[in-house]
Amino acid sequence: MSAIVELLTNRYAYVLFALLLGIGIYMMISSPNLVKKVIGLNLFQTALFLFFIASAYRTDGHAPVIHGEGGGPYVSPLPQVIVLTAIVVGVALTAVALSLLVRIYTEYGTLEEDVLREVRSDD
Amino acid sequence: MTDATLAPVLLIVLPIVGAAAVLVAGLRWSRAGWPIAAVTLAGEAGLAVWLADAVFGSEGRLVHELGAYGRPGPEGFAVGIELVADQLSAVVVALVALVALTALAATRRAGPRGTPFYAAYLLLVAGLMGVGLTGDVFNLFVFLEITGIATYTLVAADRRAPAAVASLKYLIVGTTGASLYLLGVGYLFLATGTLNMADLAATLAGEPSFVDGPMYTDPLVLASFAFVATGLFVKAAIFPLHTWQPGAYSEAPDGATVLIAALVSSIGAYAFLRLAVTVYTPAFFEATPIVATVVVTMASVSVVAGSALAVMQSRVKRLFAYSSVSQFGLIVAAVGIAVHPDSGTSAAEMALIGAVVHLVGHAVVKGGLFAAAMGLSLDAGARRIEDLAGLGRESPVLGGAMAVLGLTLVGVPPAIGFLGKWYIALGAIEAGIWPVAAVILASTVLTLAYVARVLEQLYFRAAAPTHPEDIDLGGHSDLPGGTAVSADGGTADSTAEQRTGDGAPIGVIAVAVVAAVVAVALGFGGAEFADALDPFLTEVLGQ
Repeated sequence: MSAIVELLTNRYAYVLFALLLGIGIYMMISSPNLVKKVIGLNLFQTALFLFFIASAYRTDGHAPVIHGEGGGPYVSPLPQVIVLTAIVVGVALTAVALSLLVRIYTEYGTLEEDVLREVRSDD
Repeated sequence: MTDATLAPVLLIVLPIVGAAAVLVAGLRWSRAGWPIAAVTLAGEAGLAVWLADAVFGSEGRLVHELGAYGRPGPEGFAVGIELVADQLSAVVVALVALVALTALAATRRAGPRGTPFYAAYLLLVAGLMGVGLTGDVFNLFVFLEITGIATYTLVAADRRAPAAVASLKYLIVGTTGASLYLLGVGYLFLATGTLNMADLAATLAGEPSFVDGPMYTDPLVLASFAFVATGLFVKAAIFPLHTWQPGAYSEAPDGATVLIAALVSSIGAYAFLRLAVTVYTPAFFEATPIVATVVVTMASVSVVAGSALAVMQSRVKRLFAYSSVSQFGLIVAAVGIAVHPDSGTSAAEMALIGAVVHLVGHAVVKGGLFAAAMGLSLDAGARRIEDLAGLGRESPVLGGAMAVLGLTLVGVPPAIGFLGKWYIALGAIEAGIWPVAAVILASTVLTLAYVARVLEQLYFRAAAPTHPEDIDLGGHSDLPGGTAVSADGGTADSTAEQRTGDGAPIGVIAVAVVAAVVAVALGFGGAEFADALDPFLTEVLGQ
């Protein structure tokens, strides 16, 4: 019991990461709506951002900009740069996904996977 | 000559600049896309040759530090991103450059035209080059995603709705794969504190002073390998993570499929090879033997399942797509054998040479097969396998190219398909991993099972006059089929145009024929491949 309390109080960011990851994957797999699948994908990626940011946390850490001598401890800038880059990648992917959704909707008039399957089987 | 370490940078920058130039020029001249892409890719091919010349010649392994931050600090870790070109990278870069240039010919008249298509085409090449040359695991993720985004847009390039559905499916599955890879990188970074491939290998081996001994059995490292491998298996379309691939290949416009099928999955397999061999290194697999067993088992299942699914297909493009699932299984199996603790150095060497040869061979063969399929569908509207009936006589050049490439895929000597399988099988036998050796040998029969269906239709079935074109042009069937057409592609072209009024353009025929000739010619280069890769093998396998 105390281990769980310890986990929830000190490592809650990682718990949240695992939750978001699971919710994202679940949405992608279970939701028949294509837009919700894309939202699930975004959640999944957001979980990764949280993971990197949480891993970079350091108690009493300063931004890694050095003025003169000393002044540590500094946080590692690398995970934050990774997240920044990954966000850019995620935005680009979402843009492509949404443009594809627009085309699918204008052609078939639906974004529900099961309806889409029926419409396409008529072709 | 200037410094050859510039070549890796230019190889990545040039297509990006080319893509921007295509978009800008497209505002003024709507047909500027193809010429600019052709010039850019010719430049790429030149740079790739320069790089290969330096790597295989005097220079050996080339390292370019972007930003030149150097390696300060007591452990000498890299600060910036490094681009690394060793023998393996040089082979992959040359493959990407030459295949991309050749495949462009297929899109000259038949492909989806328009500036966005060529911009995406060049961006895809930039992404592939980046994956091939980067020495940083996070940078690899970024280039994988550039490759991914460019491929998603290429699949949907002809604005047909089914292609958009296939592309969206690919996007969701592919991005999940890339994200899993990123998660693996995150775990690896937490365990080691670096992202540089060479530094990662050193840290995992326990070389720096801040780690106590090798970290191979660290749960974090094991988990990272699981995520990285799963992510890259999605990209390489290994069964059961291949579900995006048949739809994407068959719905993509024909001209784009040639490039995508030849290179996109290949670069995923390359990334897996690179990480398994140079980052995790065989020592990791020795410390945790179960991992290599899992990898070869998954790969073997993929070989069998891919072939079985291919046999069941009725559409030509889907058949070749499932065939890729099987062939990439073979490549991953070879990597698994190479790092398997049971295999000695010579078995590992054989398997790695086999993996690289088969990677190159599959790219050439599959690109050519899709070009031939594209040509036959333009020639005679053949999209289903039964539509191919009699086309061996009616389109002898394309039919012949498809037959030769199909047999290469089966592994008929002396073509390159045989060479790759030969090395992989030798490696498996020498390592004594008998179940895998049996699967590899059986894969020849399995491949024959689906290639034979194509060959049967091409040469042993009479053409059924089911097409409206055939009925309209009934008079032409009086012509003595094959004799009217010489082996010259140009004549085949004009004859085909008589038949349907819209035959395969010369570029498509040329791509298929060149691929067939290259696939056979490369089959004689086994010793050269082995020699060229030798320094790389010595470095990663340690002798």
